[in-house]
Amino acid sequence: MNLFRVFRYGDYGDREAAAAGETKYDTRAEWPLWEVFIRSKAGLDHKHAGSLHAADAAMAVENARDVYTRRMEGVSIWVVESKYIHASDPADAEMLYDPAHDKIYRHPTFYNLPDELKHM
Amino acid sequence: MTEPSLQQQFDEKVASEIAIEPRDWMPDDYRKTLIRQISQHAHSEIVGMLPEGNWITRAPSLRRKAVLLAKVQDEGGHGLYLYSAAETLGISRDEMIEQLHSGKAKYSSIFNYPTLTWADMGAIGWLVDGAAIMNQVPLCRTSYGPYARAMVRVCKEESFHQRQGFEIMMTLANGTAVQKKMAQDALNRWWWPSIMMFGPPDADSPHTQQSMEWRIKRFTNDELRQKFIDVTVEQARLIGLTVPDPDLKWNEATGHYDYGKIDWEEFWNVVKGNGPCNKQRLETRKKAWENGAWVREAASAYAGKRRQRQQEKNAAAEAAAA
Repeated sequence: MNLFRVFRYGDYGDREAAAAGETKYDTRAEWPLWEVFIRSKAGLDHKHAGSLHAADAAMAVENARDVYTRRMEGVSIWVVESKYIHASDPADAEMLYDPAHDKIYRHPTFYNLPDELKHM
Repeated sequence: MTEPSLQQQFDEKVASEIAIEPRDWMPDDYRKTLIRQISQHAHSEIVGMLPEGNWITRAPSLRRKAVLLAKVQDEGGHGLYLYSAAETLGISRDEMIEQLHSGKAKYSSIFNYPTLTWADMGAIGWLVDGAAIMNQVPLCRTSYGPYARAMVRVCKEESFHQRQGFEIMMTLANGTAVQKKMAQDALNRWWWPSIMMFGPPDADSPHTQQSMEWRIKRFTNDELRQKFIDVTVEQARLIGLTVPDPDLKWNEATGHYDYGKIDWEEFWNVVKGNGPCNKQRLETRKKAWENGAWVREAASAYAGKRRQRQQEKNAAAEAAAA
């Protein structure tokens, strides 16, 4: 049962924690899993593209180039071994993100100003 | 928290079209259904490279060869996107591959048919990829986030696959009498297996209803099949080829084509492993896996050695600094 399992999102890779303990399969021979981030063009952020297996970082970059940039999708690649990603826990979502809900005054549209007002 | 509340949260999310992500709570059967569907989809991409790989060295021109290579490379990529998506559900890559090799996991039956002539490259692109696209476009909105994202990528890339296939068929259909005959022969052989690709009729599809409720599937097998037949019959007409179904006719009342009886016995027979190429396809995959073992091991050993050397270097530098 995974009812009471606390998922620390990203303490392990998605694969390791998503259904941890349910697979008895021996994965020691597998190349580690890597997350791939691609910058689609200079001036933009690297964005998560997906994941892949590779023996080391150099191979992960080479594989990422073949798997995720066959159509000029990127000009730069980051790879990080999935087990090094740390992320928030979905169970904490309420605590983390709800406080922002009642602070709409942080958005410019909150303020009612006359139409004649220009350049603001 | 009690189970009903987790179940309710899950149901609410699915109902309001909020994607389910890897760490969200999900019913065990939802997870199992997805692992089965996504891994079989991945296997289909990988095994699907074989019938076309057969023609790469015999493509009739450099242009056709470059295109076919790119297409087969795409299929490999699609398999990788999908394996990664399945891995977020807690199954390992090696386990999925093991399931393919042992026959526990299936792949699309269509890839158990042989590719006898060059026209089959056209028919596969046009019909098999066409049917796959019909199936995959709604999957871009499937309820499981990683699967949906993989499908968006796949669909973006797959549209050229169908177009290049149709172009091959069109060229043959407009060619010499022998070429046109070759195109018609390919259509004759691939038509029925292609429309079987959508799976058994709704009445005999055990997973459909639950998958629709979970919004993994958006349309039933029969709905997608009908949609495919309606568009493809028109496309065949455009290039002067005849769909090999004497019962095919436009139904004014329904606004769809009526079609003849599908030989489901053949379908189940191929699923069970008795198609023309089942054995050969699996053997090829197993051999590739076994023959590649030393490469996987060598790469791991090399990476380990490099890591160790780096550690020794760091330790030496630290000692020198101290």
